[in-house]
Amino acid sequence: MTLEIIGITVLWLFLFGYVIIASIDFGAGFFNAYSLLTNKNHILIKIIQRYLSPVWEVTNVFLVFFFVGMIGFFPKTAFYYGTTLLIPASLALILLAVRGSYYAFETYGSRGHKGYAFAYGMSGLLIPAALSVSLAISEGGFVSLVDGAPVLHYRELFYSPLTWSIVFLAITSVLYISAVFLTWYAKHAGDEEATILMRKYALIWAFPTMITAFGIIVELRAHNPEHYENIVDIWWAFLLSGLLFIGTFWLIWSKRQYALAFCMLVAQFFIAFLGYGWSHRPYLLYPHLTLYDGFTNEAMATALIIAFILGFLLLLPSLYLLLRLFLFNKEYVTGKKNHHV
Amino acid sequence: MANEEAVFFSRVLTELTLTFHIIYATIGVGVPLMIMIAQWVGIKKNDEHYILLARRWTRGFVITVAVGVVTGTVIGMQLSLLWPNFMELAGHIISLPLFMETFAFFFEAIFLGIYLYTWDRFENQKKHLLLLVPVAIGASFSAVFITMVNAFMNAPQGFDIVDGELINISPILAMFNPAMPTKVAHVVVTAYMTSAFVLAAIGSFRLLKGSNHIYHKKAIYLMMKVGFVFSIATALIGDLSGKYLAEYQPEKLAAAEWHFETEENASLILFGVLQDGEVKYQIEIPYALSILAHSNPTAEVTGLNEFPEDEIPPLYIHYLFNIMVAIGMLMLFVSGLYLYAKRCGWRFVNKKWYHWLIVAGGPLSIIAIETGWWLAEVGRQPWILRGILKVEDAATTSAHVDMMLIAFALLYIVLGIGSVVILSRMFRRNPVEQELQDRSREKGGDIQ
Ligand code: HDD
Ligand code: HEM
Ligand code: HEM
Repeated sequence: MTLEIIGITVLWLFLFGYVIIASIDFGAGFFNAYSLLTNKNHILIKIIQRYLSPVWEVTNVFLVFFFVGMIGFFPKTAFYYGTTLLIPASLALILLAVRGSYYAFETYGSRGHKGYAFAYGMSGLLIPAALSVSLAISEGGFVSLVDGAPVLHYRELFYSPLTWSIVFLAITSVLYISAVFLTWYAKHAGDEEATILMRKYALIWAFPTMITAFGIIVELRAHNPEHYENIVDIWWAFLLSGLLFIGTFWLIWSKRQYALAFCMLVAQFFIAFLGYGWSHRPYLLYPHLTLYDGFTNEAMATALIIAFILGFLLLLPSLYLLLRLFLFNKEYVTGKKNHHV
Repeated sequence: MANEEAVFFSRVLTELTLTFHIIYATIGVGVPLMIMIAQWVGIKKNDEHYILLARRWTRGFVITVAVGVVTGTVIGMQLSLLWPNFMELAGHIISLPLFMETFAFFFEAIFLGIYLYTWDRFENQKKHLLLLVPVAIGASFSAVFITMVNAFMNAPQGFDIVDGELINISPILAMFNPAMPTKVAHVVVTAYMTSAFVLAAIGSFRLLKGSNHIYHKKAIYLMMKVGFVFSIATALIGDLSGKYLAEYQPEKLAAAEWHFETEENASLILFGVLQDGEVKYQIEIPYALSILAHSNPTAEVTGLNEFPEDEIPPLYIHYLFNIMVAIGMLMLFVSGLYLYAKRCGWRFVNKKWYHWLIVAGGPLSIIAIETGWWLAEVGRQPWILRGILKVEDAATTSAHVDMMLIAFALLYIVLGIGSVVILSRMFRRNPVEQELQDRSREKGGDIQ
């Protein structure tokens, strides 16, 4: 394996981590708002808060890790993506900022207003939408070099079906991942009512997710044939991912083994995510920037990898402790004990 | 040209974001240490007041952390959005500490989550205190790592540029640049100092607002002690920072001191105004600048005449420097006198006016932080990487930075007001007296 591949793999894995845990967070916010609308709020609020409260800051760090690491391993991305993403990234940042601080204000400060809960729920859909635009941009065709500087063509981007499919996939995946997780979590907490509700949402959002994912592959065929070819080359990975999807769906449908269902869902996304990334190689931005010409120097790459290994050794036991104390602790999950400051 | 506009707005937006972030970041660095001290004293003395102090500070801290985290995320990404050329270069050379900073964040975030949700969960209180150690370490190391990056901007090293190519890159050398020791130390120590005085100010404010509870008095005394220690450290390291500047960034020192001509036996100019190139109404302390710069009253100090016109930083940093130093000296004096007077039983420190002085110390320390950073950053102008890359060549070329500036300004107004409102509501709804009573009932009652 070359240093480039090691670097991008580490970043991709952390991005995957962010996608899963942030999806749970974003989706939870949306379901909470939705249940307010349908007066089922009492069912979800506890479950959601018990899960989110201790981990929201950690979720955020996954994102920070990704974009800081990207600059470290692939400094040229700062030039290409930094210049082109000004507006979508700024929007995502503002939403993230409002969302994060509002969450803390609400949870630790005081009960707020219904309107905030709706804004909070909506932001959970808008943020993934804004962030996922960068994936659409990476497929090429929306950026050209003018006087040596990259310029983003907003019109093309806005009118491209590919953009909208990617945005739509981001939103449906958020809802699907979140619903499956919360189904398990509610069951784990012994909350029957919430389990039933979340199971229903999981079933509703399963197919839109699969259909848009499939649609993107079809659109890529016209938009970026090279990437499409690469995807077809590893068809078996996407097939496997599809089988895992069916497995998850089957378990949820037949009300069995929610924990296993969630594991299969993670595996499904993991394989698809890796497959997508793998087939995207060697481009970071079609056709301007590849892994190889965007890569940092060897000294820095080595230093970053060493730092990563050491940091990871520190991180792993800490994350384990966090999960053991909150996610897998029966007393905490069921709300029998409250030790909040 | 559009680019000039982009440079201007990128500058303003960076200034705005960092100026806002640093308030919360400073509190984020310092307060965990203060909580740790209070909890430790509480456990050691078996004094419920200190424990409650730690607990209430923690509650407030959660709010400031939240704003620190979100604004930090903003600036982290904004650096690439607004200064892509700079970040591309920096990515090659100085991304190691930036990368390590994310691990510090992880560490802090994880243990903060655990700490918050495990009050009274352990039989042994010390175990709970132990969970705070990684939070404090993580927070301080965030500051250490990010300040290393900033130090590199002031004294870049660890690479060579040959024909526009970067070669001989050494990330370690870049991290341990000459500006690093004083800068990191000064930033961390001032964060502790500021947090201590902010917490003392809150206690003092409660006393002025009519509470007479011993709880607040204990808080003030503890924080004045801690604040005093860190103000001494601040002044000492500040002095070393001046010596660093004299050696490596003489133009910054000269501009901050209005030292126009290179000369020996240089005197220090305090305050004053600049009119048509003449310094007026100043206080001059003979030999003091030579001492500050080289520890020697007769040493030669480089003046602004040695530098090309277009590489001289704006002269208004003199005021910033004066404000920072004056506040440092004032707080050293206020806290020192308080402790001494308490010892000798002098009553005037319990008077209203002295408490107002302590209250003022909180915001003043924050102003010192702001002016210090503005001094450091504006004093680096026109460079973004001193001697290598100018600010105007580093900025983004995209349009619409002005719109983003407005959007972020609104965001900070909302966050600023929101955090203040929430904090004050949180503590007003649940006053100390009430909480102490509740706890004493829980425990079967020997707490006042
Ligand atoms: C509570 C805040 C505070 C206080 C009381 C002081 N400082 Fe400071 N100072 C800072 C907070 C600060 C800072 C915010 O932390 C800065 C900005 C950038 C940096 O490195 O530290 C800084 C920068 C800074 C610099 C510029 C360093 C550079 O650009 O590389 C010098 C020369 C001093 N300080 C010197 C002093 C002296 C002699 C003080 C006398 C007591 C003093 N400071 C008090
Ligand atoms: C948190 C405290 C900080 C404050 C209040 C602050 C303040 C400022 C100010 C006022 C400027 C504008 C100078 C001018 O244009 O005249 C500036 C510029 C800048 N600062 Fe800082 N800064 C801080 C820390 C940092 C750190 C730690 C970094 C590096 C990681 C950094 C990176 C930059 C960059 C990239 C610019 C833009 C280029 C320039 O104008 O020099 N700043 N900052
Ligand atoms: C020297 C000035 C700075 C100090 C002392 C500082 C310190 C901190 C601290 C302690 C936090 C944690 C939040 C909290 O506990 O309140 C934080 C958050 C953050 N800071 Fe700053 N910071 C500084 C400047 C910067 C700059 C210039 C950047 C951009 C590279 C930055 C990036 C971040 C990020 C990304 C976060 C969010 C971390 C998370 O998601 O948990 N900081 N900062």
